[in-house]
Amino acid sequence: MNTVELGTTTADRTVGAKQTGAPFIRVENLTKVFQLTKSGRSGLFGRRPLKGFTAVDKVSFEVERGQIFVIMGLSGSGKSTIIRMINRLIDASDGTITVDGKDVRSLPASELRAYRNQTINMVFQHFGLFPHKSLVDNVAFGLKVRGVDKATREAKAAEALTLVGLGDRIHAMPDQLSGGMKQRVGLARALATDAEILLMDEPFSALDPLIRKDMQELLIKLQRNFKKTILFVTHDLNEAMYLGDRIMVMKQGKDMQNGTALDLLEAPADPYIEEFVAEVDRSRVITAGMVARRSPAPAGAPAPAGAPAPGAATAPGAATAPGAAAVGEPGERVQEDVVLHELLPIFAAGAGWAAVVDKNGAPIGKVTAEEVFAALAPKGFSNAS
Amino acid sequence: MHLDVGTWFAALIDWLLANFGWFFNAVSWLINLLVGEVANVLIGLHPFLIIALLVAAAAGLTRSVGLSVFSVLAFLLIYSMGLWTDSMSTLAVVLVSVVFSLAIGIPLGIWAALNNTVSKVVRPILDLMQAMPVFVYLIPAVFFFGVGMVPGIAATIVFAIPPAVRLTELGIRKLDVELLEAATAFGAKRSLVLKDVQLPLAFPSIMAGVNQVIMLALSMVVVAGLVGAGGLGGVVVQGVAQLDTARGFEGGLAVVILAVYLDRVTGGAQSLGDVLRRRRVRKEQRAAATTTPAAAREAATTAAN
Ligand SMILES: Nc1ncnc2c1ncn2[C@@H]1O[C@H](COP(=O)(O)OP(=O)(O)O)[C@@H](O)[C@H]1O
Ligand SMILES: [Mg+2]
Repeated sequence: MNTVELGTTTADRTVGAKQTGAPFIRVENLTKVFQLTKSGRSGLFGRRPLKGFTAVDKVSFEVERGQIFVIMGLSGSGKSTIIRMINRLIDASDGTITVDGKDVRSLPASELRAYRNQTINMVFQHFGLFPHKSLVDNVAFGLKVRGVDKATREAKAAEALTLVGLGDRIHAMPDQLSGGMKQRVGLARALATDAEILLMDEPFSALDPLIRKDMQELLIKLQRNFKKTILFVTHDLNEAMYLGDRIMVMKQGKDMQNGTALDLLEAPADPYIEEFVAEVDRSRVITAGMVARRSPAPAGAPAPAGAPAPGAATAPGAATAPGAAAVGEPGERVQEDVVLHELLPIFAAGAGWAAVVDKNGAPIGKVTAEEVFAALAPKGFSNAS
Repeated sequence: MHLDVGTWFAALIDWLLANFGWFFNAVSWLINLLVGEVANVLIGLHPFLIIALLVAAAAGLTRSVGLSVFSVLAFLLIYSMGLWTDSMSTLAVVLVSVVFSLAIGIPLGIWAALNNTVSKVVRPILDLMQAMPVFVYLIPAVFFFGVGMVPGIAATIVFAIPPAVRLTELGIRKLDVELLEAATAFGAKRSLVLKDVQLPLAFPSIMAGVNQVIMLALSMVVVAGLVGAGGLGGVVVQGVAQLDTARGFEGGLAVVILAVYLDRVTGGAQSLGDVLRRRRVRKEQRAAATTTPAAAREAATTAAN
């Protein structure tokens, strides 16, 4: 039995690996040491030895195609430096960056420009819109760089602006827009080029909370259609948990923990992260899908992103919680992105479990009331408490 | 101990003269030609036609009724003081000097903005050029170009370069880093970033430089009168030499009128870029108003599929 299960799991993994190839983005031991220049730091008297400041310290991570990978940390923890090394706005001091099999750090100038233009685009905290260009010209900029003719690029830009809800204002100037609208333009500009990767450096941090929520929802909606690979920087854990397929927590240039939202909530790797997650409203962050996908026992390895066979997915759940499954009335089918908060009424009405399906209606697994309550209980950093 | 810096400088001038005489001759020929042509036009056409053109330029660039009225009255005053020809030859000298100063200063400013080493080298030279008493420029200029209009213009060009360099460099450097990052992050070449983002956004600052270059050139014109550059400078120098207060004052007044006119008009041109852009955008908006609904629907259906 065990061997069979292990066998299938390995098979699943290889299939998953074949689908995605090697990790789309692989970063290894990435390091940035800023050289503090004489004029920068040394005092009036002198030639104090110039020592570097390590802004990013041996950070490694991998991002799969179509994932939203969130880099989270307080201000100054090196988040912006990391994503700027990935499109080489900042040159790394050490380590490797591989994107789609290409070694980014050794790209010659012309290939680097092509890489930036076609593979990886960026959305900025303060929008980075060109104030002297109309919205359509802003959005068409990447295509202009690519040498696309005016009519085509303007049509494409207008289309991208329509996607973000600004289709009727394509000739407006950036300074006529509110912050949220400006960032919609920033988003459209990155979408118009069809680049697969988006770097987003605190794109919503400068916005009011309500607008921020709108923008997060817009991003999720767009992501459903476009399946970009997104590196998203934020200092807001709620935002990280809402958007991130995986979250990497940074502190003073170091990677403190890298995992799913649930991983951070269930097993914060150190007191620093525990403090962070203590403020999170778990019931609004943890989704049915997260609980259903979580491996209850070591044998049931985490389900790969490619949906496993329905039978295989339900088997571990039935094995670990047979009582619940047997006793409780089968609840409703719920979508995987339903947060636990919305799930509670189902259990309050007496259901013992709910079947969880993905957005295509394919079953992922099920959640029991016990699992939900367990997920909602705060957990401390295991060594500290 | 006495360091003979002055003698060294004089020796340098001699050496330049011996080795680059052909260059100075060529410059001299070019300047004479250009100033002659421009002055021919300004003096050759009927004064009232020129006044009409100057007023039209003021009205078009600044959209200020006050300035237009001032221009009409002030230029008529110059005409009636009998200083029209002198004023136009001064204007020709200023225009040619300014064109040369800008042709050297703006590219140098761009280079300094893009390259820290150039910036570091250029800055002390500009300081020197600006702090040096203006008369000092005239001495080597006379050596190089002899007496007359050309040394005056050469000195004026050199004297007026610094603000063009400084304000061009400043305008490009003070640009928001995020905008540079944005352009670079979309794969733009340095040259496209410069042409499409940096220069358009530095335009007001560059125009402020143009304005200062013009004012400096005008102020130098009077000084250049000392070496026989003629024009209003000549009138003022004559007035001083003959202790003719009336003549000197009239010459000075004409200089002031030119100064105010050129200052206001180039000041107004600073915002010209904005004005033109907004007009273009408004036009496009109007043109798009009829076609957009259909285009938007089309885009929406494409997106849905
Ligand atoms: N160009 C630079 N020169 C020197 N230090 C820098 C430079 N850019 C960033 N830093 C430093 O590196 C650290 C990380 O910066 P950053 O990546 O911008 O952090 P975050 O985006 O997480 O707020 C900060 O302490 C910052 O002061
Ligand atoms: Mg940052």
